[in-house]
Amino acid sequence: MSGDNHIAKIRTPLVTKDRKYRQISDDILNSLEKGPGIKWTICFSISFLVLLMGIGVIAYQISTGIGVWGLNKTVGWSWDITNFVFWVGIGHAGTLISAILLLFRQKWRTSINRAAEAMTIIAVCCAGIFPIIHMGRPWLAFWMFPYPNTRGDLWLNFRSPLLWDVFAISTYLTVSAVFWYIGLIPDLATVRDRTDSPLRKKIFALLSFGWTGSHRTWHRYEILCLILAGLAAPLVVSVHTIVSMDFATSVIPGWHTTIFPPYFVAGAVFSGFAMVLTLLLITRKVMNFEHYITKGHIDAMCKVLLVTGMMVGLAYSTEFFMAWYSGNEYEKFTFMNRAMGPYAWAYWTMVSCNVIFPQVLWFKAVRSNLVLVFIMSIVVNIGMWFERFVIITTSLHRDYLPSSWAMYSPTWVEVCTFIGTFGLFFTLFFLFVRFLPAIAVGEVKSVYKFARKNKDQVENV
Amino acid sequence: MKKRYMLGVFDDEEELVHATEELVSAKIEIFDIYTPFPVHGLDDLLNIKRSRLPIITFIAGVIGLVVSIGFQVWTSAFSWPINVGGKPMFSIPAFVPVSFEVTVLFGALITVGFFFLRSCLYPSKVAVLFHPRQTDDKFILALECSGAKFDEEKLGEKLRVLGASEVDISYK
Repeated sequence: MSGDNHIAKIRTPLVTKDRKYRQISDDILNSLEKGPGIKWTICFSISFLVLLMGIGVIAYQISTGIGVWGLNKTVGWSWDITNFVFWVGIGHAGTLISAILLLFRQKWRTSINRAAEAMTIIAVCCAGIFPIIHMGRPWLAFWMFPYPNTRGDLWLNFRSPLLWDVFAISTYLTVSAVFWYIGLIPDLATVRDRTDSPLRKKIFALLSFGWTGSHRTWHRYEILCLILAGLAAPLVVSVHTIVSMDFATSVIPGWHTTIFPPYFVAGAVFSGFAMVLTLLLITRKVMNFEHYITKGHIDAMCKVLLVTGMMVGLAYSTEFFMAWYSGNEYEKFTFMNRAMGPYAWAYWTMVSCNVIFPQVLWFKAVRSNLVLVFIMSIVVNIGMWFERFVIITTSLHRDYLPSSWAMYSPTWVEVCTFIGTFGLFFTLFFLFVRFLPAIAVGEVKSVYKFARKNKDQVENV
Repeated sequence: MKKRYMLGVFDDEEELVHATEELVSAKIEIFDIYTPFPVHGLDDLLNIKRSRLPIITFIAGVIGLVVSIGFQVWTSAFSWPINVGGKPMFSIPAFVPVSFEVTVLFGALITVGFFFLRSCLYPSKVAVLFHPRQTDDKFILALECSGAKFDEEKLGEKLRVLGASEVDISYK
């Protein structure tokens, strides 16, 4: 871009192949014009079958009642809320990449922001399923919104963190979706002007809002993107802060801690980046995006993973320290019980997956070995699921009264619902890569010339 | 009545910026420039004033804040006060999270709405394109053919010298 004055010698181009602007469009958009490939069809069919299974199971538990879950009087929240927090956490990477990295002028985000944002929106939709089923009467879910009603103007309890959650997550979903769509408009126009199919032309003409690429509009558009990024950046931080308050504002030992908001946000970014890595490592292979989502991108994401992993590790040890330092018997018991009680296996799975194993990412050899990175991303996903399970279930299963102590194990219904949300997640993601530009074409073109003069340093991918 | 435009089609954004510079210093009026991605440096050349969208965002955010705090206080302390755990009815700290979210929501949606209004973009609007590849890889410099001083031949030659790969005439 002509706006850049100086680029350090150490920088390498973000697109690792010499392309003309036309060829960049071809590389990214031609797959939309072709029929679905065999790889895509197989992946999509499997996801869709899993989704159908999920729909069946959800229909079963709604029509039967959530007594089919494994919850009991002591453990009233478990897999449902674990899965909810897990998916909301995953939904943090997309807007972090598109908003915070935009404000920090990290140009490498251009190749991955579109897919990461799509992932965010889909993950938040998956998350929403759990609390809605948990209500027991999901057809009354609209009661969560304040509307003039016939119950004598009985309003919501605005002092409840659960209601804050409703507002936080629906705002996050709305703003992320709007931000994502604003980013899509110029690329939708590119598809509209390139395609030969009259039907596709019609659809994309409808969706692209008559975009022409006029310079005056671009000027306003860039300001709009900065504003939305500025609004979305604190929003990203607020969502998991408020989710953590579901726990932190209660008086349950193990939940009642002031460290929860930053701890949850770090964990959310950690798990979000792990899922972005999982998805993009697959996408770049299936869609042949190796020159756009390069080893440099993966390296950068691994570093984010390493940093946030250590922040999470710091939070684990701080929690432990505070449990001892507070002098509170109940706190102390809860934490000793986490590490050495009946759920110790879950606690140590969490610690190994989130703190110990990610330390291998210090080594460049690991960060550039894509198979190892893929395995690491899955390991972190598992670890972060266990983190939520540990926080929620182990804090509840030992009550103040030993007579109400209980254990919890999920039923097949809960397991299948969770797997079903993966079906939803992957079905929507595969539809996205098939029908919309999965990489922000215009933005990649705008950073294509970045550090291209230092080309001799380009690594072979 | 259709207007007549002269188009300089460039393949590279640096050539486009250079050509714009030359035309501006020769005091030739530029109708508009169409690019596949934002090209920086044109704002100053074309003397485009900084967009006032941030002001809209601020106003919208303030409205969101006032509305949400007002609504929460009204419902919780006046319309139907409920004693929740002995907390005060007028419990402002508990209203902070929702107020923040609604502020952001109003700020974002109203700003986007004004962006579409101001840029005159709406679903299924027919895009008026000067060149079929202006959203793909061509950079279009459009000049309106009007005025006594407008010498088409001379200008076309000038655009070619400045690096335009083609010079077209278009009626819009």
